[in-house]
Amino acid sequence: MRLIISSVSGEPIYEQIKTQIRDAVLSGELKAGEALPSLRKLAKELRVSVLTVTRAYNELADEGVVRNVQGKGCFVMDRGNEAMRRTLAGQAEQSLDEACAAARAAGMTPKELHGLLDEVWARRSS
Amino acid sequence: MTAPHQEPMALSVTGLTKRYASGFTLDDVTLDLPMGYIMGLIGPNGAGKSTLIKLILNMVRRDAGTIEVLGLDNIAREEDVKRNIGVVFDSSYFVETWTVGKVGRVMRGFYERWDDAGFAAHLRRFGLEETKKIKELSRGMQMKLMLAVALSHDARLLILDEPTSGLDVIARDELMDLLAVYIEPGDRSVLFSTHITADLERSADFLTYITGGRVYYTGPREEFEESFRLLKGGPEELTGALAGAAVGLRRYETGFDALVRTEDLARILGMPDGVADAVSSLAVEPASIDDVILLTNADDTAPDAGKED
Repeated sequence: MRLIISSVSGEPIYEQIKTQIRDAVLSGELKAGEALPSLRKLAKELRVSVLTVTRAYNELADEGVVRNVQGKGCFVMDRGNEAMRRTLAGQAEQSLDEACAAARAAGMTPKELHGLLDEVWARRSS
Repeated sequence: MTAPHQEPMALSVTGLTKRYASGFTLDDVTLDLPMGYIMGLIGPNGAGKSTLIKLILNMVRRDAGTIEVLGLDNIAREEDVKRNIGVVFDSSYFVETWTVGKVGRVMRGFYERWDDAGFAAHLRRFGLEETKKIKELSRGMQMKLMLAVALSHDARLLILDEPTSGLDVIARDELMDLLAVYIEPGDRSVLFSTHITADLERSADFLTYITGGRVYYTGPREEFEESFRLLKGGPEELTGALAGAAVGLRRYETGFDALVRTEDLARILGMPDGVADAVSSLAVEPASIDDVILLTNADDTAPDAGKED
């Protein structure tokens, strides 16, 4: 898995770690049941503090992306689990919200937007 | 967000007070360093950082308070505590005429868990020759020799007093790497004082900021960085309310920098929570560790503004 830290993005480091791990899980690069890198080892290698990685892992566990097993490590959850579904549904809603704002600004009608959605959906499913 | 801690704290200081005849007082210092983490100790010169370290090592007598290392009182159990602490001072504590090899032979006698092979490996890694005399070593090399000793007797707590001052960027980076490797097993911890806040941004889990002999902040480093914001604006934008609420203030002819607590931001700007960052005509920026130290010590700051009693 590719996991790099930008020092100029302005995005907090724990967020950067979270986003990249979440993306790797969503894309299927990290499979269900796979272990995340050991927290302390990752902190050492990324040259960030242990608490920073702890925070990223804990928040991923809250989102249902991974599961903390005391003393064993952090494991990727199945993408079908309920918490993860809620997170993904939230992301979909947010993206649609942005899409609606852009569509309004462009003067599109709801009907046109629906048509566009169907088109994009079909393209994704093929 | 903090990991669970069942073990004793690596270091627990409670109500620690030391009064000097000179008038300086280290006043009611309380802090906790959980096992397995790195804490940075920051503050201007003369704030009390070295006094705190000397008190932990029982090199000066405290007037009040308690200090526990790994759950052991640092005076009642001094021998056990010292066995478990590795120390790096800002200048060498070895006899100038000793050789590097002699330092190892002397230290072996002090520590029952001394590791000859480990010490030799650290010397090789740091490029320290056994035949060199202490006085022939550069400042950076002397620091590395102290570090080699500190890492070779199975210490559980490393205490470093300004280890990075006077080191070049490569040596500082090596030191931070070593500390990260040191705490990796999870049962070893580090307390280090520094003026170089870039070192903290990389590796410190916790931060204790001391100024004027008192603790201004102690806790997770990220929370420290999130608790302050820097407001910048023109001279006429500095309202009385803002100046009163600022915990640090610097005025200049064409503007001002005000340090405020993030929780006060919305109230100061007279706006609802959440939008204050976005809609103010003032520039609202994250405050770096250096910003906080500089502004809380700026002359313009009203005495005790925002400080907790």
